[in-house]
Amino acid sequence: MQILDFEKPIIELQKQLEKARELAIKDDKKGTREKAVAELEENLEKLKKQLYTHLTGWQKVQISRHPERPYTEDYINNITENFVELHGDRNVKDDKAIIGGFASIDGQTVMILGQQKGRNTKERQYRNFGMPNPEGYRKALRLMKLAEKFNKPIITLIDTPGAYPGLEAEERGQGEAIARNLREMSVLKVPVICIIIGEGASGGALGIGIGDKVLMMEYTWYSVISPESCSSILWRSWDFKEKAADALKLTADQMLDNGLIDGIIKEPLGGAHNEPEKAYKNVKAEIKKQLKDLIDMDAEVRIMKRIEKFSNMGVYAA
Amino acid sequence: MSWFKRVKGGISTTTDEKKEVPEGLWEKCPQCKKTISKSDLRENKYVCPEDGYHFRIGSEEYFNILFDDGVYTELDADLMGADPLKFVDKKPYDSRLLEAQEKTGLKDACRNAVGKMNDIDFVVSCMDFSFIGGSMGSVMGEKIARAIDFAREHRIPVMVISKSGGARMMEAAFSLMQMAKTSAKLALLDREGIPYISLLTDPTTGGVTASFAMLGDFNIAEPGALIGFAGPRVIKETIGKDLPKGFQSAEFVMEHGFVDLIVPRTELKTKLTNLLQLLQIEKAKPISVPRKKKKTAEEAE
Ligand SMILES: [Zn+2]
Repeated sequence: MQILDFEKPIIELQKQLEKARELAIKDDKKGTREKAVAELEENLEKLKKQLYTHLTGWQKVQISRHPERPYTEDYINNITENFVELHGDRNVKDDKAIIGGFASIDGQTVMILGQQKGRNTKERQYRNFGMPNPEGYRKALRLMKLAEKFNKPIITLIDTPGAYPGLEAEERGQGEAIARNLREMSVLKVPVICIIIGEGASGGALGIGIGDKVLMMEYTWYSVISPESCSSILWRSWDFKEKAADALKLTADQMLDNGLIDGIIKEPLGGAHNEPEKAYKNVKAEIKKQLKDLIDMDAEVRIMKRIEKFSNMGVYAA
Repeated sequence: MSWFKRVKGGISTTTDEKKEVPEGLWEKCPQCKKTISKSDLRENKYVCPEDGYHFRIGSEEYFNILFDDGVYTELDADLMGADPLKFVDKKPYDSRLLEAQEKTGLKDACRNAVGKMNDIDFVVSCMDFSFIGGSMGSVMGEKIARAIDFAREHRIPVMVISKSGGARMMEAAFSLMQMAKTSAKLALLDREGIPYISLLTDPTTGGVTASFAMLGDFNIAEPGALIGFAGPRVIKETIGKDLPKGFQSAEFVMEHGFVDLIVPRTELKTKLTNLLQLLQIEKAKPISVPRKKKKTAEEAE
C-alpha cells in the first residue's frame, strides 16, 4: 500500500510493533515483552486516531487521491446487483471517463453513474484520469433522462480532477455540456443523490453534482479549483498548495459548515482504502436512508426544494 | 467612502469610463493603432471605425447603448461582496474587495438594470471586467438570479452580458455554486417560456461559460470575443502544442455550433429588438418598477 508522507510515523510504529511481537514470541519468560507489545499496540491506535482526526485540508486531498482508494466502479460492484452498463452519448462517442447504467440496490432499481479513474498507467490513460470530455457529460445526461423516463432515482458518484481542458473538448462545447447538465439536473423529476467519493474539482464535478442530497465522504474535497492550481494562480507559485487547501475550505466538514453540502459519509479510519468493505457498507446505508425520504416526496415539491437549496447559496452584503 | 456616494449619485459612469478607457481625448485602437477621438468612439459604440475592433466596455456603457435615451432603473444596487471564507492569499480578500470598489466605483462585478429597448421592457444583467476581472462570486450569482426572477415575475425578456475570467477563487465553493444557482433559475425561466439572451463578449471563460453564458435561447457573441471553458494557456499546457489561430474566438465557437449569431455592437440594439419582436411575448402584468430618469451629477448633490 502506498504510504502518504504524513503517515510515516504510523508506519514506524507498526515496524516497532512487529519487531516487539517477534521478540515476545521468542523469549518472554517474565511477560515484560508482552506488556511492551500491548503498550505499543495501544500507542499505535492512539497515534492513528490522533493523526486521522486532525488532518489538514491538504492531507485530506492526499487521501482523496490515494491510488488504492475505491473508485466508482468499485462502489457499483459492491453496493449494487445486476449492473447493466450503458455506453455513449448518441452523438459523438463513448467517454470512458464516465461510466453508468441501471442497477439494483436491495431490490430498488437506480441509475448509478460517475467519473471513473484508472488503477495503472494503461487504465489511467484509457479513463483519461477521470477527466470527462463533453460527451461524458452528455452521456451522463442521456442516462439521467432515461432514469427519469422510467421513474428511477439517480445516484451520481463524483471523483474527478476536473473536466478535460483539451482542444477537442472546447470544439465540442465543454462549457455548454456542463451548463446544460446543471440546468437539466435541477428539474429532473426523480430523486437525485450525489456523492463525492474522491476529488470534487470545479465544474467538472458539479456537471453531475446537482442533487436533492449532495454528500461528501469524510476524506474528500470539493471546490472551485484544486489547491495546486489555486496556489499557482493566486500565489504565482506551485509551493503554496497546503496554504491554498486551507484557504479554500474544501473539506467535507468545512463544506457542511458553510451549508454547501447536505451531509458527510463516515469512512474507516485513515480512509476508504484501508477497509473498503466498511466504506461500501456506509455508502450503501446512506443511499438507502436518503432514498427512503426522497422517494415519497411529490416530484414538483422535490424539484422546488432542490432549486431553492442552490438558490440560497452565496454570501453577500447589502 | 467616496465611491459609495458616487454610485448613489448615479454617476458611476464617469469613474467607470475612466477605468475602462484611459484618460484623454484620444484613444488608440490596440488592433490597427489608429487614433480615434473619444466622442467618435462613444458615438460608434466603442467600436473602432477603421477595423471594427470592439473596445472592452463596462455595464454603464452597455446600458446606455441598449436602453432608450440611456434611461434605466438599476435593480439590486445595494448588493456587494462579502468575504464568507475569510480568504487570504498574498492579500486578504476583503481588502481586495475594498480596493476594487475604490478603484472602479462599483460594488461588485455585475449590475442589473431594467428599462425600455425600442419600447420593449427588458431586464439586463451586465458584468464589469474592471472589477476583479469580472469574476463570479456570490454577488454576481445572486444578481443574475434576481434578474431572472424579475423577468419571470413580469414576463419580460432577460439578457446577461458576460465579460468574465470565470470563478472568483477567493469565494471558492461559494463561487462554484453560483453556476448551479443561476442554471437552476434558468430552468424555471425555461419552463415559463420567457426568452433568455446570453451575450458573450470578450472574454467569456470558465464557470461563466459552463453555466448561464452557454444556456441562452439565443447565444449571441461580439465579433472576435474570446469564448471558452478552459483558458488557452491551460489547454496549451495540457496538450503540449500551440493552439490554432482563431481558436476560441467567437467565430470559432459559432463555427462549432455553440453560438447562434455574431452581432457587432453597433447593430446590437437593432438586432435584439428585431429578434424579440418576432417572439411576440405577451406580458402578464404591467411593470411596477418606477421609471425615474437617471439623475445627473448635479441633481445628486
Ligand atoms: Zn482599429
